[in-house]
Amino acid sequence: MNEEEIIICRCEDITLADIRCMLQAGVDDVEEMKRLLRCGMGPCQGRTCRPLIMQEVASHRGVDLEDMKVPVFRPPFIPVKLGLLAEAYERRGEQDNGQTS
Amino acid sequence: MARRAEVAIIGGGIIGCATAYELARLGMTDVIVFEKNYLTAGSTGRCGAGVRQQWGLEMNVRLARGSCKILESLNEDLQYDGDIGFDQGGYLVLAFDDSQMEQFRKNVKLQNSLGTPSRTVSVDEAAEIVPHINTEPLVGATFCPEDGHADPFHTTMAYAEAARRLGVDIRTYTEVTDIEVEGDRIRGVHTDDEEFISCGMVLNAAGPYSGPVAQMAGVEIPVYSERHQILVTEPVNRYQKPMVISFQHGFYCQQTPHGSFILGLGDPSEPKGFNIETSWQFMEHVAHSVLSVLPPLADLRVVRQWSGLYNITPDAQPILGGVPGLQDYYMAVGFSGHGFMVGPMTARLMAQMMTGEDMDMDISMLDLGRFDRGELIHEPSVV
Repeated sequence: MNEEEIIICRCEDITLADIRCMLQAGVDDVEEMKRLLRCGMGPCQGRTCRPLIMQEVASHRGVDLEDMKVPVFRPPFIPVKLGLLAEAYERRGEQDNGQTS
Repeated sequence: MARRAEVAIIGGGIIGCATAYELARLGMTDVIVFEKNYLTAGSTGRCGAGVRQQWGLEMNVRLARGSCKILESLNEDLQYDGDIGFDQGGYLVLAFDDSQMEQFRKNVKLQNSLGTPSRTVSVDEAAEIVPHINTEPLVGATFCPEDGHADPFHTTMAYAEAARRLGVDIRTYTEVTDIEVEGDRIRGVHTDDEEFISCGMVLNAAGPYSGPVAQMAGVEIPVYSERHQILVTEPVNRYQKPMVISFQHGFYCQQTPHGSFILGLGDPSEPKGFNIETSWQFMEHVAHSVLSVLPPLADLRVVRQWSGLYNITPDAQPILGGVPGLQDYYMAVGFSGHGFMVGPMTARLMAQMMTGEDMDMDISMLDLGRFDRGELIHEPSVV
């Protein structure tokens, strides 16, 4: 199969070729790869691509997948509109927010 | 692996990697950078990524302007395969009352005298620069078209790769656990893989952990760390070129070349410490503050939030230089939230200082001794 046509990260359009190119260049750390390629930084936050990337990195480095540290999954769990968040803040009122704006 | 190095740099962020490169460029290639995690894991990779020359103190304008100039040609100078993403869409600094505007006028005068092309703009002009801005609460703004933002990961990586090509040894996932001092000299550093590396000089570039690292050498510095939170939205077509900042609300808001918006906001009630968890309160608060000024952002979806640490000094200015009574120990710490944007210039100056070269600018006023002498430096324009 053509590595350039195998999409690993759907949100950011990162292919298997992109991942392998990074590995060849010596970037074999999931955290650094994420920050250089943006894989896992889109709307799904790596729910699809992270295990695939970790698998690639593990086999490149010759280590077991279960021995690899999983990057932090950050909130929110699903994308939320800024407008909704602001409404929640305003509904509660300044006093309950304990802060000045 | 080498058991001796001329210079040991503690911290693999912008300061550590850029200083390693600048040292190597001056011929000092026997350098090891120790990073306890991955590169940029401390403050650099968590920062808001803005680069502005619009400061209220000559020293800050010069450090930021120098960094800006370095960033403009950094891809070529470092022969970087990627792109550091330096995007000079400008910075629009908002004024909400006359006294703020008065201070900004003074700042602009100073900035212009140092070559920075900033200017005051009317409310109407502000609305031309950022058409979706709510002009109602504004009294004016300042704008500098050379300001912008750069990608902290790629910028740091560009420096790290260039440093490696010149012979610098960069060791990630290697923590310095102690600094050995004998009399008034540095002997070397111990690492968590139980190695002792003797070295001629040490540079503390440990960002949020600069205090504990200084203590390893028996040095007390008046710094503390404080969490600051950020969020990023889904990417959309580019419609905001400049970074928009408000000292009034304490927020900054940029749209990256990639299309996502990055929003950050300081919380005056944040306790000191090393906490880098995130809070839902932040998400709501920053949404409320930013939407009051940039209402159309309401439809954007937040995809991720994170936090990082400011390393803060009593005057919110960095500590650059050595320590009396301890030779060969240097610090570039306490950037108080603007280390990335002054990093490239600071690194150049630190390398010049450590190799005894002539320095491009005088930074002696940023020494540790200023706190004892009571010579604190007050910058009026901190977010």
